[in-house]
Amino acid sequence: MHRAGFLLTAALMFGCLTFGHHANAAIDAYAFPDETLRDRYNGLIDELRCPQCLNTNLAGSDAMVAKDLRREVHRLVLEGKSDDEVLEFMYERYGDFILYEPRFKRGTWLLWLGPIALLLLALFFGIRFSRLSNQVSNLTEDEDRKIDQLLKSQESSADK
Amino acid sequence: MTDQKAVPAQDAVHDTVDSIDRLDSTDKPRNLNKTLLVPLFVFLSLVAILAIGFQLEDPHKLPSVLIDRPFPEFAMRELHDAQRTVTQNDFKGEVSLVNVWATWCPNCVMEHPQLTAIAASGVPLYGINYNDVDEKAKGWLQRYGDPFTFNIVDDQGKLGIDLGVYGAPETFVLDKNGVIQYKHIGEVTQRDWLITIKPLIEQLEHDS
Repeated sequence: MHRAGFLLTAALMFGCLTFGHHANAAIDAYAFPDETLRDRYNGLIDELRCPQCLNTNLAGSDAMVAKDLRREVHRLVLEGKSDDEVLEFMYERYGDFILYEPRFKRGTWLLWLGPIALLLLALFFGIRFSRLSNQVSNLTEDEDRKIDQLLKSQESSADK
Repeated sequence: MTDQKAVPAQDAVHDTVDSIDRLDSTDKPRNLNKTLLVPLFVFLSLVAILAIGFQLEDPHKLPSVLIDRPFPEFAMRELHDAQRTVTQNDFKGEVSLVNVWATWCPNCVMEHPQLTAIAASGVPLYGINYNDVDEKAKGWLQRYGDPFTFNIVDDQGKLGIDLGVYGAPETFVLDKNGVIQYKHIGEVTQRDWLITIKPLIEQLEHDS
């Protein structure tokens, strides 16, 4: 029962992580000559962040600037620009904010490496703590026996 | 009666516990407590850094990547004179302000008296009528006054995208060569003008 509950929770959490951002609020009637371009367009507006809203992608925003930027993405994709070129176009104008996956550079390295460092730190202390608490008692056999005797005499006196 | 029997046994337990304490103290149990405080310390400092970081800047105000770059190239229609095409070269020659505005933008009405005062003080002020309708824009200028040297019609928001604009009002400070030196997001208040923009303009005029 417990195990089933755990598995369900884990599955839900994984689901949130992977499928959480596929919210498409805005539907523009853009024409595409083929489905590959449409898929790339949808991928890009999913990946780009709306500059006006703090945490919505271009796909999910009704803001005016998001509408304009979707139109630009559509235009650039039809012009034959690659995904990287579209992302670069946006980055040149709106900076780090527009990319949901920030670039690795001075000023963002802490963002990328910080969680790994914290994980290592947690592992280090986790292992250390579990070792310390599992430590075998450092009494001699003689002392162990003495404690056992005392505990027994304690129990028998309490029984009376 | 049972109490009396238990007493000596308890004393013996105390003795043993004491001796265990002594044994342990040679085996540094105090260090153990201190090392266990480190994660707590790391966590608290992280909380402190994030708490300060979140308050430091308004997350709505994005830093501009266009600072120190020339004003993006464009060739667009002027609002009052449809025959006239204006370009980035029209900004060159003097330190100037370029203001992004629209009739749908309530803060633009609020900052308008301040912009009018700035233009009256002799600083060239150019407008970008952003994602708007010509007729509405003309009516708005008639109603509130027109401090702009000219207005660029950006009814598709194209120039806005090249400028990294994501709302209105936004105001750019350009040097004499038409290079962007500063970007102000939101309404320009008298305070912004006196503390930030005016000193910057004076410095830019002095520099070149």
